[in-house]
Amino acid sequence: MPADAVLIRAHGLTKKFGSFTAVDGVDFQLHRGEAFGFLGPNGAGKSSTMRMIGCVSPPTAGELTIFGLDPVADGAAIRARLGVVPQEDTLDVELTVRENLLVYGRYFGLSRAVIQDRSARLLDFVQLADRAGDRVEPLSGGLKRRLTIARSLINDPDVLLLDEPTTGLDPQARHVVWDRLFRLKQQGVTLVLTTHYMDEAEQLCDRLVVMDRGRIAAEGSPRELIEGYSTPEVLELRFDPGEHENAAEKLASVPAQRREVLADRVLLYVPDGDAALAAVRGLGLEPLTSLVRRSTLEDVFLRLTGRRLED
Amino acid sequence: MAAPAAPAPGLLRFPAVRQLRFWLTDYRRTWRGSIYSSVLSPLLYLGAMGVGLGTLVNEHGTARLGGVSYLVFLAPGLLAATGMQTAVGECTYPVFGSVKWNKTYQAASASPLRPADLFHGHLLFVTLRLTMNCAAFLAVAAAFGAVQSAWALVALPAAVLTGIAFAAPVEAWAVTRTKDTSLSVIYRFGLIPLFLFSGTFFPISQLPAWLRPVAYVTPLWHGVALCRALMLGVATPAQAAGHVGYLVALTLVGLAWGNRSYARRLYV
Repeated sequence: MPADAVLIRAHGLTKKFGSFTAVDGVDFQLHRGEAFGFLGPNGAGKSSTMRMIGCVSPPTAGELTIFGLDPVADGAAIRARLGVVPQEDTLDVELTVRENLLVYGRYFGLSRAVIQDRSARLLDFVQLADRAGDRVEPLSGGLKRRLTIARSLINDPDVLLLDEPTTGLDPQARHVVWDRLFRLKQQGVTLVLTTHYMDEAEQLCDRLVVMDRGRIAAEGSPRELIEGYSTPEVLELRFDPGEHENAAEKLASVPAQRREVLADRVLLYVPDGDAALAAVRGLGLEPLTSLVRRSTLEDVFLRLTGRRLED
Repeated sequence: MAAPAAPAPGLLRFPAVRQLRFWLTDYRRTWRGSIYSSVLSPLLYLGAMGVGLGTLVNEHGTARLGGVSYLVFLAPGLLAATGMQTAVGECTYPVFGSVKWNKTYQAASASPLRPADLFHGHLLFVTLRLTMNCAAFLAVAAAFGAVQSAWALVALPAAVLTGIAFAAPVEAWAVTRTKDTSLSVIYRFGLIPLFLFSGTFFPISQLPAWLRPVAYVTPLWHGVALCRALMLGVATPAQAAGHVGYLVALTLVGLAWGNRSYARRLYV
């Protein structure tokens, strides 16, 4: 198999629940060795897409092949080569850390010796070796997540599926998870992840699709998306709530590629943020706070959908 | 590309056995308590009903019990009921919890195991638990002097079969539930009426004539009648085949149902 072989291919992939269309005819391809992301708000259809790839949700229409196989007919063979980190933890909290890996490894038909060998290595990798004999229940959310990642790697998968891998974790725990996922990526593990955190997508994904209401709105690397759909810099202005609307109107005369008036802020999309801020002050406007920053995927999403990611 | 995995060792070749191993790992936490109740429950029932109530019954003559003491009459009925109770206990909350509370079924669904493998793996575990509980019952019954012949050893698989005939359909149903309150329905309207009116405590010839046909179609009656005929040494091949056929048929219906209901619940 060539290094950049297509591992997952979807064409017109659709999932309906009754009259509700969760995934509305999406096309994408995933190559060996890349980190591929689905970025979008809650309800965009990311998890439904992931569940179809994970062969636990039959597509309603369209084509989907994974490793060249059909997820409905060859689900067991495909799942044998996938690692899955579900959005909600499905650890057996009554069992110990090590027992969770043992039970899960057996699902894949692995011998006890192989499981023990891999468990030791994986628990080292997720920095849980010293908790191997502890019950899972009292572990923190971050530790449980790391155990779930270790568990998903027990079968040495060709592709690792991560559905919202850091949702619900505190910032420190998120960074530890990102660090481990980044290392996996460096080791050449193919990653597919969904997220509604733009910083997660920027840090981990080589390539991503922006999803909204079941459709793919755009596709590319984080840099391509930002260059294609936003400006190099963004000027964020916050005014006294009483003057917010008035100020927003006056800002129309400041040259900007695009202007977004949010409930609490005004965003100006410009090549040079400092120059734009000088122009704002030149109008006699004095914002309560001002921030010049680089464009992010959040701005791309706002441009594409008119909405923010984490609302 | 990862090297092709070595073929699964030994019985792990069978996917259902992998799921059985999960339940055995899980059971290691609770087996002590379960053994305690498997012995205590027959001790209480056989003591209170078989010996206590039995003393009164025996004074009125036991012709309608087939000429044996009430204790000897009661023991096979309770043996079959033990099969039913164990099956319903193992197939309601543990199954519902696996899909709703701790989501171990969803976890296993991400592996090569199919929904039917999870179903069959749990039934294997239930078969093991049935064997343990029914054997414990027979041992306690023997200590009470309620076992009269070696035929009791054949009543053990009969009681296990009775339990499986309940386990397969109950499990197929329990996995489809979305609220745990609906599980109690099966205890209130299934388990308790069957326990009381399927010939466990008195021959169904004592029921009003119009109610007897109802008893004949309930699965527990077939289990009780089979276990009793075997333990009293009065089984005829035709009758035994009829009871076994009924219980096997119910098991097959439950299997077909569960193969579908597990897939529908886990693959959405």
